[in-house]
Amino acid sequence: MTRIRITAATVALGLLPLLVLVVRALRDDLGANPIEEVSHETGQWTLRLLLATLAVTPLRRLSGWSWLAPQRRTLGLLCFAWAVLHVSTWVALDLAFDFGAVVEDVLDRPYITAGFTGFVCLVPLAVTSTRAWMRRLGRRWTRLHRLVYVAAAAGVVHFLWLVKADLLEPGIYAAVLALLLAARLVRR
Amino acid sequence: MRIRIRRASEPAASEITPEGLWLRRREFLQAGAAGAGALLLPSALSALESRADGLGALKAPRNATYSVSEDHTDYDDATRYNNFYEFGTDKQDPKKYAHTLVRDPWSVLIDGEVGKPGRLSFEDLVPRKALEERVYRLRCVEAWSMVIPWIGVPLGDVLKRFEPTRKARYVAFETLVDPEQMPGQRRRVLDWPYREGLRLDEAMNPLALLATGMYGRELPNQNGAPVRLVVPWKYGFKSIKSIVRIHLTEDQPFTTWNDSAPQEYGFYANVNPDVHHPRWRQSRERRIGEFGKRKTLPFNGYAEEVAGLYKRMDLAEFY
Repeated sequence: MTRIRITAATVALGLLPLLVLVVRALRDDLGANPIEEVSHETGQWTLRLLLATLAVTPLRRLSGWSWLAPQRRTLGLLCFAWAVLHVSTWVALDLAFDFGAVVEDVLDRPYITAGFTGFVCLVPLAVTSTRAWMRRLGRRWTRLHRLVYVAAAAGVVHFLWLVKADLLEPGIYAAVLALLLAARLVRR
Repeated sequence: MRIRIRRASEPAASEITPEGLWLRRREFLQAGAAGAGALLLPSALSALESRADGLGALKAPRNATYSVSEDHTDYDDATRYNNFYEFGTDKQDPKKYAHTLVRDPWSVLIDGEVGKPGRLSFEDLVPRKALEERVYRLRCVEAWSMVIPWIGVPLGDVLKRFEPTRKARYVAFETLVDPEQMPGQRRRVLDWPYREGLRLDEAMNPLALLATGMYGRELPNQNGAPVRLVVPWKYGFKSIKSIVRIHLTEDQPFTTWNDSAPQEYGFYANVNPDVHHPRWRQSRERRIGEFGKRKTLPFNGYAEEVAGLYKRMDLAEFY
C-alpha cells in the first residue's frame, strides 16, 4: 500500500511541471516564442528525469532505503513520457509534420542526431519495463537496460551542442551525469 | 514633559514630503512633462504611453522606399525576446537586467582610417533632424524573425562626415564593456567587447542604418540603446548594439561570433536559405507571433538592393 502511495507521489511530482506548462499555455504566458519554450521545457524535464532515474541506485546503496528501488522504473517511464512530449513538440509544432525535414534534421544537425539517438535508445527500455518482459529476457534484460547510459550521454551531448556559447547549464547536467557514473565505478 | 515649539521656518509635519514620494520625484516631473507634451503634440497618445518605461517619443517621417508593408512584430515581443549576451544568455535576460545600462551621457569614438576622427555624443552622431523611420525585416541566425519599425539615419551618411581615407576598406564596431552596467560580461561567454564589422561598400549601402529608436520611441536598453546598427540583409548578430566605437580599417576586422565559432558564423553572415548552419536549417523561419514557418528569402528579401555587392563571390564559401 505504501509502495503504491510512493509511486503515486512520484508520478504526481513528475507530471507537475506539465500542469505548470499547460496553465502557462492557457494563460498565454509562454513568451514571444511559445513553441521554442515548450520545446526547451519538455527537453529539460526529460533530462532531469533521466538523471533522477540514474540517481536511484547509488542513492539506495548509500542510504539503504529499499523503498527507493521500485521508483527507478516509475522515474524512467516518466522520463520517457517527457521525451515523447519533447519529440512530439519538435515533429508536430516545430516542423508541422514535415517528415522530410525531420529526416534531414536527424542526418544533418549533429545536436539533433544526438538527441534522436537518445530517444531511440529509450524506446526499447520503456517497452521492456514490465515484469513480464523482465522475466522473459532474464539476464539479457540487465544488459539491454545499460542502454540508459547511452541515452543519458546522448541527451547531455544534445544539450551541449545546442547552446551557442554559454556551456554553463548543459555543463551542470554533464557534471551530474559524470558524478552518477563515477558512483557506479567506485562501487565495483 | 517638554513642549516643542515650531520655529517659523520649520515645516509642519503635514508639509513634509514622505521619503518614498521624494525618491520618485523625477517620475512626477517626467509624467508632468509628458502630460504637458501630450497637450502640445499631435502624437499625444504615444507620448503618454512612453511614460511607463521612461522612454521618450521619437518620431520621424517614414521612408517608404525602404520599408516593408508587413505587420509589425508586437512591441512586447520585440522587447522581451532578445539576444544581447551582455545582459545574459537567455532571451528573457536582457529585459530583466538591462536597466543597469547608463544610456546618457553616451559618446562614440570614430577613429582609424578617417580624415576627421573624433568622439561625439550619440545625439551628435545621429542627429534628430536627420532621423527617418524604416520598417525592416529582422532575421536571426536561430531561424526566427521579426518586423521592426526602426528610427535612425543611413550609416553611410554618418561615415561620410568623418571622411574615410583611401585606405579605408572595412568598418569595425564595438559595444560598451562595463561589467557593472552589463552583468553578462562578468562571465567570459564571448571575448568582450562584442565586435562586428562590415565591408565599407556594405556600410555605404543605403539600407545600412544607425538606429536610435524603434516603434516611435527611443530604443529600449535591451534593444541596444542608445545607438545600434541595423543591417537587414544579414543575420541579426551583425546588427551590433550599444555602440561606443566605430573604427575604419584597411583589413577585415575581428568579429565576435566568427571568432567564437568560425565554422558556424562567417564574416558576411548574409541571410541565405541555401547555406545551412550546423544547428539551424536556414530555408525557413518562424516569424515571432506566427504559428507556422515561412520561407526565408535570399538576403532576407533585400536581394534587389544588395545582391550586387557580392557579384563575384561564392556565398557558400563566404557565408
